[in-house]
Amino acid sequence: MKYIGTITMLAFFAVLNLSKAHGLPASAEAKEVEVMDFDTFLPRLEMDNDSVYVINFWATWCAPCVRELPAFEQLNETYSDQKVKVILVSLDNPDLIDDRVIPFMERMGLQSEVILLDDPNSNRWIPLVSEEWSGAIPATVIYSAGHRSFHEREFEFEELEEIVLPLIQ
Amino acid sequence: MKKIYLLLLMGMYSTGLFAQGYEVGDIATDFRLLNVDGNYVSMADYEDAKGIVLIFSCNHCPYVVAYEDRMIELHNTYAPKGFPLVAVNPNDSIAEPRDSYTKMIERAEEKNFPFDYLLDANQLIYPEYGATRTPHVYLLEKEGDQFRVAYIGAIDDNYRDASAVEEHFLANAIDALLAGERPDPEYTRAIGCTIKVQN
Repeated sequence: MKYIGTITMLAFFAVLNLSKAHGLPASAEAKEVEVMDFDTFLPRLEMDNDSVYVINFWATWCAPCVRELPAFEQLNETYSDQKVKVILVSLDNPDLIDDRVIPFMERMGLQSEVILLDDPNSNRWIPLVSEEWSGAIPATVIYSAGHRSFHEREFEFEELEEIVLPLIQ
Repeated sequence: MKKIYLLLLMGMYSTGLFAQGYEVGDIATDFRLLNVDGNYVSMADYEDAKGIVLIFSCNHCPYVVAYEDRMIELHNTYAPKGFPLVAVNPNDSIAEPRDSYTKMIERAEEKNFPFDYLLDANQLIYPEYGATRTPHVYLLEKEGDQFRVAYIGAIDDNYRDASAVEEHFLANAIDALLAGERPDPEYTRAIGCTIKVQN
């Protein structure tokens, strides 16, 4: 199942033909990080299809974020054959991608899509993610057709599953 | 199961982020917190101040570190004009050992902080204010013996690069108060580190 998930991810990246991707995949486990500003990222908060989107804002230096990453990974892996899309949005400094973010992803073996949001004017874009968001991380948006919720908290896998399962079509 | 979750969620809302904390216009409670110099400090001690720039801050958070030099500069600019900066560390030192009182003293000495750096040791002050992250700014304006909240939010619009800042939210808000005007905007938001509590 994990193998299929990896292939799906690779295919996804190939289809996207990323123009701003950083870092070179050193192995099958290695991932690329797409760096983008908020306006480029925004469409991913507004996808209009039958998938469930789980978008987690995190950073390598944020201890509670790192603690809950396995829950998102487990969600991604468990429902890889369902219409569930996990996107991990790193708020790390883009200058540290090669030295910190990618080594961290490799160490954690992250399989979910990772985006690095490079947009320091967070006052502008925080309310666009959610009016409820104070700006603290970890924070997670879960949405699908007919559902949207925002969570400024740390998750366990079962808690994520409980929100996501009823939304899967 | 879904119902249980909904109840849980409602519980979070009623006890959590949105039910508590100050809004602009509220009177801010005074406190008595330990400073890095070993003395206890209250807002009332700032007798000659026109207000206080209260910033929930800490040692470990990269966003705070990115702002330390700007905090020093803000204090040096605005303390003589009546708005000293006061930093308050709201983090639990067991949950985050890098934010212990000893480490606060070290950091204050390293950076030669010209402002008071206090420890919210019982973690009672930050929930009252409604702080959720570091750095989190509360600009307070003195009215008689009381301090009224005039601005809540971010220091400016670019944590990464001080030279690329376009809007100096906090400095503009203090300037507005000094000019007898209301800050505009009164609220801003910024990414920060969650306040660390013991599980």
